[in-house]
Order: sequence, then C-alpha cells, then structure tokens
Amino acid sequence: MNEMIAVMARLEVPWFDAEEVLIAPWTRYADATVWMVLMAVLLGVPCALLGNYLMLRRMALAGDAISHSVLPGLVISYLIFRDLGTLPMMGGAMVAGLVTTVLIEFITGRSRLKTDAAMGITYTTLFALGMFLVNRYAGRVHLDADCVLFGELEYVPLAEPSGLRAGGLGPVPMPVVVAAAMAVGTLGLLAVFSRWLLVTSFDAGFARSVGIRAGAVHYGLMAVLSVVVVTALESVGLLVAALLVLPGATAQFFARRMGRLHGLAAVFAVTASLAGIHLGAWLNCPSAAAIALAGGVQFGVAWGVSVWMRGRGVEGGVGGAG
Amino acid sequence: MGWRVLPREGLSVWRWVGWLAGLMGVMLLSGCGVVSGERAVDFVMLRDGHVRAALPGVVLLGLNCGLLGTLLIARRLTMLGDTLSHAVLPGIAAGFLWTMTKHPGALLIGALVTGVLSSLVTGWILGSTRLKADAAQSVVLTVFFAAGIVMIKLLPDGSKAGLDRFLYGQAAALDAGETVLLAVAAALSVVVIWWGYRGFLVLAFDPGYGRAAGLPVKGLHLLQMFLTTLAVVVSMQAVGVILVAGLLVIPGATAWLFSARLHRVLVLAALLGMAAAVMGTFLSFAGDGMAMGPTLVLCAGVMFGGAFLLSPRYGMARRMVSVMRHGRRVRREDGLKAVYRVLEGRGFSGAGFGLEECGQSEGMMRSLERRGMVRAVAAGGWELTESGFGEAARVVRNHRLWELYLTRRAGFAEDHVHDAAEEMEHLLAEENIEHLMGVLGHPERDPHGRRIPRSGDTIETSAARHE
Repeated sequence: MNEMIAVMARLEVPWFDAEEVLIAPWTRYADATVWMVLMAVLLGVPCALLGNYLMLRRMALAGDAISHSVLPGLVISYLIFRDLGTLPMMGGAMVAGLVTTVLIEFITGRSRLKTDAAMGITYTTLFALGMFLVNRYAGRVHLDADCVLFGELEYVPLAEPSGLRAGGLGPVPMPVVVAAAMAVGTLGLLAVFSRWLLVTSFDAGFARSVGIRAGAVHYGLMAVLSVVVVTALESVGLLVAALLVLPGATAQFFARRMGRLHGLAAVFAVTASLAGIHLGAWLNCPSAAAIALAGGVQFGVAWGVSVWMRGRGVEGGVGGAG
Repeated sequence: MGWRVLPREGLSVWRWVGWLAGLMGVMLLSGCGVVSGERAVDFVMLRDGHVRAALPGVVLLGLNCGLLGTLLIARRLTMLGDTLSHAVLPGIAAGFLWTMTKHPGALLIGALVTGVLSSLVTGWILGSTRLKADAAQSVVLTVFFAAGIVMIKLLPDGSKAGLDRFLYGQAAALDAGETVLLAVAAALSVVVIWWGYRGFLVLAFDPGYGRAAGLPVKGLHLLQMFLTTLAVVVSMQAVGVILVAGLLVIPGATAWLFSARLHRVLVLAALLGMAAAVMGTFLSFAGDGMAMGPTLVLCAGVMFGGAFLLSPRYGMARRMVSVMRHGRRVRREDGLKAVYRVLEGRGFSGAGFGLEECGQSEGMMRSLERRGMVRAVAAGGWELTESGFGEAARVVRNHRLWELYLTRRAGFAEDHVHDAAEEMEHLLAEENIEHLMGVLGHPERDPHGRRIPRSGDTIETSAARHE
C-alpha cells in the first residue's frame, strides 16, 4: 500500500495554490472562465437530461458508441465540402449518427445478434473507417485526432467571435452560440416529447396501442443524441459519454420520479462543470477530463453514502424518495 | 472433453472452408485495387522483415480475441470490451510511474490491474445500486478514461511521447517479446476454454442452473474477465486500445451467424479472427498510409457484412429467399382453392374449368402445370389432375377446419374467422390437422355449412358425397 502511494506520488501534481485555483479564474481570467463554464453547462445540462432517457432505455453506451462513429462522418463531410465550418461538420456527423442507429437496428432486426453486439460491431467498424480515412488522407485533412479524443474546452474563449455581444463580456464565441442553440433545441424537444419518451421507454406495447410510434421516437432520440454529441465533440471529445451518464447515475441515488431525477441531474451537471474547471486549473489538464473526473467523484460520494445508509437500515435510497 | 470440433450435420466442413476461402478471395480482390502484384508476392513469400515480425503476433491476437469475443457475445457482455479498452489507460500511466521507464512489462501489468479493477468496480456498482449493466459500464468507462487522461497529463515531462502507441497501436513495431506475450495469452485462452468448456457453456446460457449445480459461477466469471482484460492489454500495442474492442466483437459476432452451437462458433470465430488478421496485415503492408489497427477492424467488418448477407443458415439473403418461396407457394395454393370452389359449385361434375370463372391468370396455370397440378385441355380450357385435386382439397380442408376450430373452441363469431383461416390454411401441417380433427370430433361441415373435404378425397368421391 505504501509503495503504491509512493508510486502515485511520482505524478507531478502542481502545488495547490488556493488563490490561483479558486479565485484567479473568477478575477484575473474571468473573461475566459465565464465562457468555459457557460459552455460546460450548456453542454452538460442537455446531456444529463438526455442521458436519463438513455439509461431508462438501457442504452447508456449509445452515447459512447455514437461519439466514436461520427468520425467517418466528419472526415467524409470534409473531403466533400473542403470546409471545417460548423454546418458541414454538423451535417456529416448527424448523418453518421443516424447511419449508426439504422445499422444497429438493421443488424438486430435481421439477424440473431442482440443490441450490444450490434452496437459493438457498428461503432468499432465506423471508427476504424474514420481512422483509416484520416490516415490515408492525412495530408489533406486537418482533423486533430487528440482533439476528437479529449476535446479542447480551453480553446472555447479563443474561438472566432460571433456577431453577438453579451454586455461587458464582449463578443460571444461561436461555439457557445452553437451550444446554446443546441441546448435550447434539445431541452425544447425533450419537454415537448417527454411523455412519449417515458411511455415508449417503459412500455413499448402500450405506446403502440395508444398510437405512439415507438420506432419514430427511438430514431428521433438518436438523431438528437447525434446532434448533441457532435456539438460537444470539439469541446469535450469522447468524454461526452461522461456528461451523458454521470449526472443521471448520481441523481438516481436520490430520486425515483422523472421530474426530480431531471432536476438533480441538471444540478449535478452544473456542479461537476464548476468543480471540473477549477480542477483543470489546478492540475493543468484538459478541462473535459477534469469535469468527467469531478462527475466521477460526485458519483462515488453518492454511492458511498447510499451504501453506508443502507448499512444503517435506511430503505429506499439516500434521500428516501419513493 | 468429448465434443466435436468440426461441424458434421447440416453444413459440411467443406462448405465452411469454401466460405472462408471465398471471403478471403473477395478481400484479396478488393485489396488488389490498392495493391500492386509485386507487393502481394512479397507478402506471401514473407520477404519483408516488418511482415515477418508483425504477422505471427497479429494472427495470435486475432485467434485470442475471436475466442473471448464469442463468450462475451453469448453472455451479452459485448460492450465490456469497450469498457476494458478505455479502463486500461490509467493503468498504463501507473505502470509508467512504477518503473519510470516505458518498459512494456510494467505498462502491461499496470493496464492489467486497472482493467481487472474496472470489471470488479462494475460488479460492485451492479450489486449495490439500482443502475443497470449499461449505465454501470458507462460510469466506469468514463471515469477510468478521464482519470487516465489526467494522469498522463501529470506524468513527469518528456514521458508522454511513447504512450501514443497504446492509443493507436503500431503492429509493425511488434518485437519478439511482445509476440511471445501474445502467444502466451492466446495459449492461456485456448487451454482455459478447452478445460472449462462446459462451465462457460452453462455460464453463458443458464448461470442460475450452474449455481444450483454447484459450478463456481463467480470464479468462472472472474476467469473470463481476467482473460479478456489480458487479451485487451497484450493487443493494444498492436492495434490500439479503442480498436481492440472491434476485434473482440466482430469475429465472434460473425461466427454466431453461422451456427448456434458454442463449440463450433468458438472454432469458427478463432479462424475468422486469424483470417481478418492476415488480411489486415496484408492490406496495411501493401497499401500506402494504411495503419494496421483500422485496416484489421475494417477487414473484420467486411467479413461480418458478407456473413450478414450471405450466411447459409442465418443470412439475410437466405431469409429473403425463403420469404419469397413462401409467398409463391401461398399464391399457388390460393389459385387451387379458387378452382376447387368453382368445381364444388357444379357439384364436382367434372374436373374442367375456365380461367375467367376462377379469376386465375395464364401464368398461374403454367406454374401449376409444371408441378403436375393442372393440364391444358382443348380450346383454352384447363382441368385439375388427380394430385392437383388432392392438393386443392387439402388447402380447402385446412381453411374450413380452422374456421370451425375458431368458432367452436376459441369463441370467434362466424363472420370473423375467414381472414385468420386465409393465413393458417398455408401453415397447418398434417399432424396439426389430425389433432384438430380429433379435437373437433371429425366434423362434416364448416361454420358456414359447407362440406369439409377429407384426406384422400378424389373428384369422384367428392361428387358422390355432394348433395
């Protein structure tokens, strides 16, 4: 045990300077931090709510799968349009996301394989196709593989400004505008279709009998998921899976009703974003990874508390919410 | 172990071998688009040092991943490969910290430790929370992956460069030690699966029974997790962590499209894994700018696509053909039934009929004629043959018996049974009919008062009983 600690101590953890880690981001670097936090929240909250529905449908891994399989969509779209702008990238990724969904459904519907296997086949093959294309046309594609993997939330404040201005904060960076549009669209769609989503998640047969088309709802959810994943890709990379799952997984220790689950998940998404950005400032590591780590710590604490409470005979989860 | 390795019934060994050879051929041909003949010869003769170094390791990797993936798919744990391949990242960083060198042994041990740890943590989450398997795996995957990224960032300066190799893989750089490691892992898998075949079979299909029968289910599960982690860890240097997940699932899934017997699927998945390895190595050697990992997985993906469409037993083409055949048979039987109704209307006074009165087409008659059901008589008229009449009587009997069954036994109204009987008349087999006859007490007439034909009816006996 001591030896393990000694090994881990070799990590070059920067000195924890409270002034630098906790205060400076909001004073000296405030104009950068505001945009990073805003971006993290604008991505994190819609992801958290979407993730609740994914977990309800036992499709939590779909986020990870789609975040891998949009890669060929990005590359092909670039090869066609020669443009790394928002629209072609979004379009390419959305098509790739839908192709992934259709392929998974196609394989499960027309063979003996189950969803997990179909998912595994589809996303790995598509990711391989993407890597293959990047390799083969490396000279002509300026896609940074590391950026796709880990994302670069730090670059959000440096991104090209949009035409919008926000009071004393100066021009709003373009990615924030895109993320805000995505957040409004996603939250709006979830609000409008929440009943349909719930019914089809719990009882597809009943949904059909009252005239809700479960298939259409499924494809709609996947289309929204692809858009969300693509919006998040540049800033948080493959760690979008963390934004999707961790807040909801933490919230379910305290809530059983969907409304409360959504509320708590959103709160946890915000707290993980804030904690993550400070953690990133301290460790000088990619903020996306720090946010995921903070979300993981939140989950771990909630889990520990729930196990401890159960040990003391408290039924029904930590909050006692039935 | 008394189980047969190669398939005996249904599909012959040669058909399998032929299938594999065909797949390889198609891939070779498609490879020739990118590859010059000279390079191909170089590859086959093993003239290139890189190929000689990479090929044995990659083939062993394909074998190992094929076997273990088959077991994962049987237990619906496929995405575990995904979780493992992300969860080894912090282990790689920890392994580096341990020795402060990029010694592969230390990195592999570190990766093995966090890989096993991740499957243990997944198990704990499943056991003590309400989260389902997919959510638990996602949580573990993302947290471990994030921890790995942060740890790599915090490694002492100048040490990050070589770690890329684990993310993206570099098969051409496999050295002898790594090949030996791949061989050891593959041999371990083969031995353990051979030795514990029955255990894994029970674990995959009925773990509850296994527990009741005193099988060490938990131990077997841990053993399987350990082997899978080991496979991921030793493979990641060759193909990179993310694509290992593909090699774990695709050959196994392809093999499951050929057979439903675990031992056959295991053997076939191992063969397919090796075939994908050879093809992938070949293409990445022969083509320019084709990295090994993606090429391997793409080859496996093409194989899966081929099997998905053309597998002799469970392929899509096979399914479409049988649906089409059934459709044609239904149309033929409906044609015969229409003729029977016309003859019945005339009291079975003769077997001749005209096309218009039955609403049938010339083409339908030709199709029935080829099967000896009808024959042409003078002046555009047709008549049923003896076997045609028997077949028509059989379909009509099925229809009317089913209508009777629905009204008498299932409480359907008389005017609601026709459509159901239209479907069932084509599906009922002789045993079902005998059973129905017994249940209904050998009835004479259907709910609408029409006579139910008997088996062995000819036009003469029908005419005699018709009044």
